[in-house]
Amino acid sequence: MRLKHKLTRNLKERFIELVLMGCGLVAVFTTVAITSILVYESIGFFQFVSVWDFITGTVWTPLFENPQYGILPLVSGTLTITAIAMLVAVPMGTVIAIYLSEFAPHQLREVVKPALELIQAVPTIVFGYFALLFVTPLLQATLLPDLPGFNMLVPGLVIGVATIPTIASLSEDAMRAVPMAMREGAYAMGSNKMQTALTVVMPAAISGVVAAFVLAAARAIGETMIVAIAAGQNANFSFNPMEAAATLTAYIAQVSMGDLEHGSVGYRSIFAAGLMLLIMTLVLNLIGHFLRRRYRNAY
Amino acid sequence: MNTTTSAALPARDLAAMRARIQSGIRRQKIFALTGVLFTSFAVLVLLAAFLDLLFDGLPRLSWDFMTSFPSRKASQAGILSAWVGSALVMLVTMLAAVPVAIGAAIYLEEYAGKNWFTDLIEINVTNLAGVPSIVYGLLALGLFVYQFGFGESILTAGLTLGLLILPIVIVSSREALRAVPIHIREAAYGVGATRWQMVSDHLLPYSRGGMLTGVILGMAEAIGQTAPIITIGALTFIAFLPPLPVTGEFPFLSLEWIWSEFTVLPIQMYNWVSRPDKAFQVNAAAAGVVLLGMTLLMNGLAIYLRYQVRKKIKW
Repeated sequence: MRLKHKLTRNLKERFIELVLMGCGLVAVFTTVAITSILVYESIGFFQFVSVWDFITGTVWTPLFENPQYGILPLVSGTLTITAIAMLVAVPMGTVIAIYLSEFAPHQLREVVKPALELIQAVPTIVFGYFALLFVTPLLQATLLPDLPGFNMLVPGLVIGVATIPTIASLSEDAMRAVPMAMREGAYAMGSNKMQTALTVVMPAAISGVVAAFVLAAARAIGETMIVAIAAGQNANFSFNPMEAAATLTAYIAQVSMGDLEHGSVGYRSIFAAGLMLLIMTLVLNLIGHFLRRRYRNAY
Repeated sequence: MNTTTSAALPARDLAAMRARIQSGIRRQKIFALTGVLFTSFAVLVLLAAFLDLLFDGLPRLSWDFMTSFPSRKASQAGILSAWVGSALVMLVTMLAAVPVAIGAAIYLEEYAGKNWFTDLIEINVTNLAGVPSIVYGLLALGLFVYQFGFGESILTAGLTLGLLILPIVIVSSREALRAVPIHIREAAYGVGATRWQMVSDHLLPYSRGGMLTGVILGMAEAIGQTAPIITIGALTFIAFLPPLPVTGEFPFLSLEWIWSEFTVLPIQMYNWVSRPDKAFQVNAAAAGVVLLGMTLLMNGLAIYLRYQVRKKIKW
C-alpha cells in the first residue's frame, strides 16, 4: 500500500518535472522557429534574387513594376540612424551613469533610477509622434530650415535620447559592481572623485559599460516605430542625415501595412530583410552577452 | 600622484602642487555639473515628449472618443474598437505567457541541473530578450497566420506578444524565486515534502508578489508593442467589436472572439499619425495619451508592488 502510494507520487513528480521542462523548452522552440521561418522564406526569396545582387545591390524597389532587390539602401538607412542615435546616447548615457554611480547623493539616485526604467517602458510609437510632429518642426523653425519633413537626423536623435536610459542604467549597474575597496584605494592615494571615477572605476567596469553600448545599439537597429513614422518610406542609398530613408524595420512595417499576396516575392522580401536584421542584432547581442558575463565574473 | 610629503618641498613646489589640486577639484566640479546637465537634459526632452502629447491630445479626450468607432471624419472618430482589441489581446497574451514563463522559471531555478541542457535554455532566454520585436511579428506571420491558419486574429496577436514577453516574465519570476532563502526549501524537505510539494506549497505563495510584478511589467511592454502587430497584418479600420464571449444559447460561453479581426491602440495611433490631416494627428495624440496612461499606470503599479514586497519580507 505504501509502496503503491510512493510509486504514484514519484510518477506525479516526474510528470510535473517534464511539464516544467516543456515550459523551458518553449524558449528554445521559439528561437528555432524564428530562425527556420526566416531562413525558409528567405530561401524562397533567393530563388528569385541572387544572394550577390541582394547584398551588393544599391537599389531597393521591390514594389515597382521592374523590381530590384539590393538591400544596401535599407542597411545604410539603418546604420546611419543607429550611428546618430549612438552619438547622442553613448556620451550622455555614460556621463549620466558615472554621475549617478559616483557623484549623485543616494536619494537622487533612488529617484532617477526608477524614472529611467519607467522611460524605457514608454511605447516607442509615442516617441515617433514626438519626432515627426514636435522635433522635426522645431528644428525646421530654428536650426535647420532646410530639413525635409522626413529625414534620418530626427529619428536618430530621438532614438538616441530614448536609448540614454538603457545605457545609463546598464552602465551604472556595471560601475556599482566595482568593489568599494578599489575606490578607497584610489582615495588613499590622493585621487579626487573624478580621478577615481575615470581612472579606477571606468577601467574596472569597462566590459559592462561597452556591453551596455552594444546592447543599446542592437536595440536601436531593431527599433521600428520611430523610424517608420519619422524617417520616410523610400529606400535611399545615402548616409546623409538630412535625407529621408527607410530602414530594414520600416520597410517590413510598410510592406505589412499593405496587402501582400502570401508567397509572392514581395512577401518573401520582408523575411529576407528580417533575416538581415536578425543577423545584425544577433551579432551585437552575442558580443554584449559575452562582455556582461566577463564583468560579472570579474568581481 | 602626490607622493612626496609637503614638508620636504620648497614653497614654490608647494604652490604648484596646491594649484594642481585646485585645478583637479575644479575639473571635478565641471564634470559633476556636466552630469547634472546631461541628466536634466535627458529628463527634460522626455518630459517634453510627454507634455507635447498631453497638450495635443488631452483636449480631444472625451467619453465620445472612447466609445466611438474610427471614422473618415476626424471629429467623429474614436478608439472603441482599439481599446477593446488591446484589452482582448492582452487577455490572450497573459493566459499564454504567464503559465509558461512561471513554469520555465521554476524549472530553471528549482529543477534544472548544471548541464548543457540548462545552458541551452538559458542562452535561448537571453537571446530572445534581444530579438527585435518586429522579428516576432515575422515569426507570427509565417507560423501562426499561415502555417497554423490562425489568420489575422486576436489569437495570433495574443500568442505573438506572449512569446515576446516570455523572457521578461521568466527573468523576473526567477528573481522572485531566488529571493526565497534556501532554508525554506530545506525545512520543507526536512518534513518530507517532495520537490513539487515544496514548490507549490512554499515557493509559489512566497514569491507571488515578485512574480506579479514581472507579469505586470511584461503586460506593460506588450500593450505598447506596435511593430509585431503591424507585421501580422492587423487592420487599421475596424468598425465593429469582436463577438461577445457570453451567448444566449448553451453552453453560454463562446470563444468566437479569439478568431475575430481586430485593431489595437498603438496601431490606431500609427494610422492617425501617418495622415497629413492635422485633425487626425490630434486624434493620434489622444490615443497616445490613453496608451501612455495605461503603460505608466501598469509600471507604477509594478514599482509599488515591488516596494511592498520588499518591505513585507522579513525572513
